Amino acid sequence: MKTPVLIAIVVVVALLAFGLYQALVVAPTDQLQGDVYRIIYYHVPSAWTAFLLFFVNFCASIWYLFRRDSISDAIAVTTAEIGVVFCTIVLITGPIWARPVWGIWWTWDARLTSTLLMWLIYISYLILRRFSTGGQTPLLAAALAVFGFADVPFVYLSIRYFRTQHPQPVIGGGGKLDPGMLHIMLYNWLAFVALAALLCWFRYQLERKQKDVEETIALESLLEGSPR
Amino acid sequence: MTISATPSAKPDATSRAVNLTSEPALRPESPAPSVLFATLMKDLRLEWRSKDAINSMLFFALLVVVVFSFSFDPTGDDARRIAGGLIWVAFLFAAVVALGQTWAREIRNQVLDAYRVSTAPANDLFLAKALGNFLFVSVLEVVMTPLFVVFYNLRVIGPAYLLPVIGLLGTWALVVNGTFFAAISLRTRSREVMLPLILFPISIPALLGMVEATKIILTGESSAKFWIVLLAVYDLVFTTICLTLFETVLDAE
Repeated sequence: MKTPVLIAIVVVVALLAFGLYQALVVAPTDQLQGDVYRIIYYHVPSAWTAFLLFFVNFCASIWYLFRRDSISDAIAVTTAEIGVVFCTIVLITGPIWARPVWGIWWTWDARLTSTLLMWLIYISYLILRRFSTGGQTPLLAAALAVFGFADVPFVYLSIRYFRTQHPQPVIGGGGKLDPGMLHIMLYNWLAFVALAALLCWFRYQLERKQKDVEETIALESLLEGSPR
Repeated sequence: MTISATPSAKPDATSRAVNLTSEPALRPESPAPSVLFATLMKDLRLEWRSKDAINSMLFFALLVVVVFSFSFDPTGDDARRIAGGLIWVAFLFAAVVALGQTWAREIRNQVLDAYRVSTAPANDLFLAKALGNFLFVSVLEVVMTPLFVVFYNLRVIGPAYLLPVIGLLGTWALVVNGTFFAAISLRTRSREVMLPLILFPISIPALLGMVEATKIILTGESSAKFWIVLLAVYDLVFTTICLTLFETVLDAE
C-alpha cells in the first residue's frame, strides 16, 4: 500500500478515536436521557454524511448526463453505495436510541419515514445498477438518480403533513443542543466525513480497476476473434 | 355485394380499381398525423383488438379486491377509512401489469431501433405511450370503482366531485413515471421484476397523496386541498423530468 493511503488511514482512525473519546468521556451527560443520548454522536453525523453522499451522487449523475465521462459515473456508484451504508447505520442506531428514550423502536414520524424512503430509493438505484445489462447502465442509473433526488422533497413534505395530521409520540431533542454537545457532534461529523471520503476513495479505485479489467477482457476477446 | 359469390376476375378487378381510385384521392388531402397521435392510435387499436392489457389488469385488480377483503374486514365504518388505500394499491398493482407491456411489442420487430434512427421526436413517442397507459388505467378505474363501492359498501361523505380530479392526477402520476421506468427496465435482466422495484419507492409520495385525499373525501373529515396540490406539483415536476430525460434513455445503447 502506498504511503499517502497509509497516512490517510492513520489520520481517519485517529480522528474517529478522538471523536469516540470526546463522545463517551468529555461530553456532558444529558439531564433527561442520561448516558444513552451519547448515541447522538454517531446517529446524527451518520445521517448528515449519508445526505451529503446522496447529494454528491445527484451532482455526479447530472454531470454524467451532460458529459458522459466514466469518472463521474464511478463517483456516482461509489457515493450511492457508501451513502446507503451510512443511511443503514442511521436506521439501525435510530431504533437503538428510540427504545430507551421513547419506549418504542420505531415511529412513523416524518424524519424517520423520510430517511427510510430515501434508503429504499437508493437501494432501488443499486438494484438497477446490478440488474441492468450492457454498457448503458451508467446512463440509466443517472436518470434514476435524478428521479430519486427530485422525489426527496415530496417525500418529506407529504409525510410531514401526513403525520402532523395524526399526532404521534413526542419526538425528543426538539430543544436547543448544548454548545459543548454541538461542538462534539460537529467534530464527530468531521471524522465521519473523513471516514466516508476514505471509503469512497477505496471504492472508487476498485470501480476504476474493474472498468480497466472489463475493457482489457473485451479487447482481448476482440483480438482473439472469438468472444468468451 | 355479390362480388364474392361469383369467383370471376372481373368484379374483383373493379373493386380493386375502386379502392385504388378512392385511396390516393384521400391521401394528399389529409395531413400526415403527428407521431404522437399516430402512435397513440396504433396502440389503442392494438389494444382494442387484443385486449391484452385491459383484461389482465381488470382480472388482477379484481383478485386484489378479493384478497384484500380476506386480509382486512371490509365492513362497518372502518371500510371507509381503509378503502382509499385499498383502491389505490389495487390500481397501482394492476397498472404495473399494463406498464410492463408498454414497450414489449416495440422490441419484437426492432421498432424501437427504427425509432432511434428516425427523425421522429422522442417525446412524442413517450407522450403517446404515457397517454395510452393513462387511458388503459382510467378505463380500469372506471370499471373497478363501482365494484369497490359495492364490495366495501362505500358512501361518499365529503365533496364527491373532487374524486375524479384525484383520480386523474393520481393516475397520471403513476403512469408518467411508470412509462419512463418501463423504458429503463427494458435494458435490465428480469425486467418484469425490475419495474415495480424502481417505480414503487419513487411513487410513494404520490401514492400517499392519492390515498389520503381519497380517504379525506370518503370520510368528509377535512380538506383535501394540500394533497391535490401536492399531486399536481408532483405530476408537473416528474412530467418535466421524464420529457427532459426520455430521449437520452431511448438513445442509450
